[in-house]
Amino acid sequence: MRPFLFCLKVVKNMNTIMTAFNYMKTMKLKYLAAVLAVGISTIFLLLVPLVIRITIDSVIGTEPLNLPGLAEGFSQLTGGREYWITSLWLPALLIIILTLFRGLFLYWKGRWAAEAAEEMARNLRDELFQHLQYLSFSYHVNKDTGDLIQRCTSDLETVRRFFAVQLVEVGRAIFMLGIIAGIMFYLDPFMTGISLLVVPVIFLFSYIFFHRVRVAFRAADEAEAELSTFLQENLTGVRVVKAFARQPEEVKTFIAKNCRHRDLTFRLIRLLAYFWSFSDFICFLQIGLVLLVGTQRAAAGQLTLGTLVVFVTYEGMLLWPVRQAGRILTDLGKSQVAVERMQQILNEPREDFRQLGLQKQIRGRIEVRNLSFNYQPGEPVLENISFTVQPGETLGILGSTGSGKSTLTYLLTRLYDYQQGSIKIDGRELKEYDRGWIRQQIGLILQEPYLFARSIKDNIALAAPEVESSELERAAEIAAVHEVVSEFDRGYLTEVGERGVSLSGGQKQRLSIARTLVRNCPVMIFDDSLSAVDTKTDLRIRQALKNNYADLTKIIISHRISTLASSDQILVLEQGKIVQLGTHQELIKEPGIYRRTWQLQNEEEIVS
Amino acid sequence: MQTMQEETYNKKINLDLWKEIIKYSLPNKKILLGLAAVMLLVAGVDAVLPLMTRYAIDNFVVPNQLEGFRGFALVYFLIISLQALNIFLFIYLAGRLETDIACDIRQAAFEKLQLLPLAYYDKRPVGWLMARLTSDIHRLSSVISWGVVDLVWGGSMMVTIMGIMLILNFRLALITLSVVPLLILISLYFQKKILGEFRLVRKLNSRITGAFNESISGALTSKTLVREEDNSREFADLTASMKASSVRAAIFSALFMPLVLSLSSIGTGLALWRGGSAVFQGLITYGTLVAFVNYTIQFFEPVRELARIFAELQSAQAAGERVLSLIDTKPEITDTEEVSARFGTILQPDRTNWPGFKGRVQFRGIDFSYQTEEPILENFNLEVDPGEKIALVGETGSGKSTIVNLLCRFYEPVSGQILLDGIDYRCRSQSWLQSHLGYVLQDPHLFSGTIADNIRFARPSASEAQIKKAARLVQADSFIVRLPRGYQTEVGEGGDLLSTGQKQLISFARAILNDPVLFVLDEATSSIDTEMEIIIQKAVDQVLAGRTSFIIAHRLSTIKHADRILVLSGGKIREIGSHLELLERKGYYYELYQNQFVGRNFEENLKFKVGS
Repeated sequence: MRPFLFCLKVVKNMNTIMTAFNYMKTMKLKYLAAVLAVGISTIFLLLVPLVIRITIDSVIGTEPLNLPGLAEGFSQLTGGREYWITSLWLPALLIIILTLFRGLFLYWKGRWAAEAAEEMARNLRDELFQHLQYLSFSYHVNKDTGDLIQRCTSDLETVRRFFAVQLVEVGRAIFMLGIIAGIMFYLDPFMTGISLLVVPVIFLFSYIFFHRVRVAFRAADEAEAELSTFLQENLTGVRVVKAFARQPEEVKTFIAKNCRHRDLTFRLIRLLAYFWSFSDFICFLQIGLVLLVGTQRAAAGQLTLGTLVVFVTYEGMLLWPVRQAGRILTDLGKSQVAVERMQQILNEPREDFRQLGLQKQIRGRIEVRNLSFNYQPGEPVLENISFTVQPGETLGILGSTGSGKSTLTYLLTRLYDYQQGSIKIDGRELKEYDRGWIRQQIGLILQEPYLFARSIKDNIALAAPEVESSELERAAEIAAVHEVVSEFDRGYLTEVGERGVSLSGGQKQRLSIARTLVRNCPVMIFDDSLSAVDTKTDLRIRQALKNNYADLTKIIISHRISTLASSDQILVLEQGKIVQLGTHQELIKEPGIYRRTWQLQNEEEIVS
Repeated sequence: MQTMQEETYNKKINLDLWKEIIKYSLPNKKILLGLAAVMLLVAGVDAVLPLMTRYAIDNFVVPNQLEGFRGFALVYFLIISLQALNIFLFIYLAGRLETDIACDIRQAAFEKLQLLPLAYYDKRPVGWLMARLTSDIHRLSSVISWGVVDLVWGGSMMVTIMGIMLILNFRLALITLSVVPLLILISLYFQKKILGEFRLVRKLNSRITGAFNESISGALTSKTLVREEDNSREFADLTASMKASSVRAAIFSALFMPLVLSLSSIGTGLALWRGGSAVFQGLITYGTLVAFVNYTIQFFEPVRELARIFAELQSAQAAGERVLSLIDTKPEITDTEEVSARFGTILQPDRTNWPGFKGRVQFRGIDFSYQTEEPILENFNLEVDPGEKIALVGETGSGKSTIVNLLCRFYEPVSGQILLDGIDYRCRSQSWLQSHLGYVLQDPHLFSGTIADNIRFARPSASEAQIKKAARLVQADSFIVRLPRGYQTEVGEGGDLLSTGQKQLISFARAILNDPVLFVLDEATSSIDTEMEIIIQKAVDQVLAGRTSFIIAHRLSTIKHADRILVLSGGKIREIGSHLELLERKGYYYELYQNQFVGRNFEENLKFKVGS
């Protein structure tokens, strides 16, 4: 039963592996050529012992040549044994030439397999990257970055190496087994049986053993991951560790995890030590068996000396690839897991995107009617929202965490699609617009914007690559970030991130505003994107926006009443519902969250 | 993420470095010697095995007799059993050596990291440090252990084979081995090339990892900016050069193998040609000829291995340089020997002699600059009484954080003194200061684990009751008990499963668990809703009551409650005084305050207040 299940498993593995193989695209044939090349190279490899055997037996020794007709004729033609014995350099040269040919094919194998595997890796990488770009926002919200990166890098590397280095070697093992068995059988059927005794044993042994190795491998791997996570947290939180003088405890925990990692890794190595020593022992036994039985038969005159040498040499050649093949079988399992993990990403549906809808320059009239939305059925996030914003107007939104403010901005930019009600932009239903297009028209500025590891200039010009630097600086000026940037040694060419300056939260927010300004969107949404900016700068930015972008339709979300106060209308959200709507003057007159917040933010004046 | 990893690469063998590296394997000297001994045996048996074939041919096959065959079989069996045992032992010992060395070096590096001041971390991203403690140490330890295996095996194998061949037939051995020098040259050349190419591949690979990281972490930003196509195009450029580099490296490798094989086949050919003639002339036996042919094939395997090891030693050396430079870094901030003798070290604090602390803080003529750049603080002076609350106000770069960093002794002043209860803090141990210090960061860093674990971080010995008391004091208790698992709720990596406000409350509870005398609060700028803000405000009031405190303040309400406000600009105190005093001065602070309010007539308020 077991071997049958094993075969089934291998077939299933092959299916998954074929998926990866298809990513070689036009290089598939090249890869097959590589497998063929390694096979052909084994022919040359196997010819060498034959040359040696004939030379020893029939040139140096006196054994009659037992060659097929043509070669026999050739031998006779060139003068028979007497000629050859004085020209021993000829078989020597033949060995070198055969090896050169073998080298040539090995070179082709190495080159073609690498080219095909790299092609596969590149296509797969590009596909994964592109796919991740186009996956919906909801996918990204729920995913773990570290895990995704792991899949796109080390899993991919596992598969690449499997194809580039390991799978081709299967070609070698198969060709070798086939050819050697053939030649051996031709030379001596009985000895062939003796010589191949060990092959099934090795395969079975590898199969049984590698289950245990895999378990040990996973345990060691997880211990390593745990160690790295601890290390990462300790280094990231170094200030806290120091502030609480926790170094002695941290060191103690580290030592425990470090030792656990050491012990589990060592356990894996010890297991491998058992495996390798035992399988080597089996192989030595096999060689010994051939030597002993062969010697006995040769002594009894049933086998020529040369044939014995051929058997011993072939045995040595055959066993290592066979043992290797056992190892490749386990790596097949690893690669299968890796391909599956990548497939899980690729099977996620992409956002329908681009050229799928209306692309019309908008003016900025936003009309929301009876809008409702939920992430999970039964847990409404927005309920029955209605409001209208005229072009050029400013809408302020106030609401506590979880009130649905950010969700509203995601709906307006089609990061999520709404389920009930309607959103009309310039009188046309939002769903009719193309996703990419609407995101170009409605610029969303996030509270925690992400800056890319490139220069400040490139970060601002990210979505408008051909923007003039004068325009870029003007946008930075309006976003009140120009002065900050000018103080850097390299100005706008300063790198952002680990290799360059690290910016404060407020500076990032301001850069992100500048980044959106250069896109000239008719509508801009500030999702609490002035929160980390001091009040003075906040005011300065809002005034500059008013003076320079009079036609801009703005939606501003904030906890600061001072930021919201000058809006044309202010909307107060509470648990997904609009609880208040009006101007600042109106809202401070009626009791409710707005007035309460306003009072709280001014409380001290009243108290003191 | 590993952008800083690949920069330096010293091509010369650095003997001092290797001496130091060997020092780390000294505790495992027995294993190392045992390993070397086992490898000698392995090589010996490997070299002897062809002799067994020779013996069988010359004694049984050629004379056609089987006398002594059983003894021969027994010896063969014993030899292969010995070899199997050897193989087990060498993997076992090398594994032991590798894991032990890695464990020891990693521990040394980690302990050093715990002692290094924050200045060290400023210049080095976490990813860079991680790479030192993981991949570099891994490379170093594996090269030391498995390198020993290959080196001893390869070296002794070559010596033994050469020896046997020379003994068997001196002339034939010399002829056969004539290709070796050429082989060594070619091997070294190719390994260098291949290694160089792989270094490039690794560099590109870390850029690709970085690109994936950006695309995933910045997914929302990419979407809002409609960057999908541009990102993919840029990425495709990267993968194209990755592919080109990888293929180039692979071609070098693909060329190398055939060259070695061809050269060794010349050796085999020579053995057959000259050896064959010798057999014909009766100078050597058949068995010797067969042994020679086998040896030529066997001999070239270690040559190839050795070339690879020398190349790997180079990269291990680079890894070793980086790891050891970390371990050898002298912490810029250390306790003097007298201080350590009296109060213990950071890793082994000795609390018996620790004096109390009342909370008086004095800054005397402090000058400070980060890495000899422009000065941040110049002749800064400040006297703070026990229990006084100091609010620090000013723009980014005004020196607020620097003052706090100096106070916590994360950095030390370039000149001047900081006195605690009238004594220079350099006369006290760092652990002593930290034990009296409560510290809340702008971005409260939590560790993965439960809420209770995180509060307990400040004092591992704290009881459940003490933890709950601390949580109640800062009003965190009410939200914690509402969570399904209460204090046992997992907070996730970096505390990400909690909201910003909740994280702040927990960090307050953590900070007051020790009942610190001195409190440092770097107020969060990120906005939270007003209700939560009130809770936090109350927590802050609770926490600061009766403690000397320094607050980097962003909220006006906090500032107003301070005894004194330091308005900083360019590393100097621009204004100092209470809220009302500063308002009346109508300076920088007044302006800042004014901007906060638009809905009210500001002047009127001021009159009202002054009047009241």
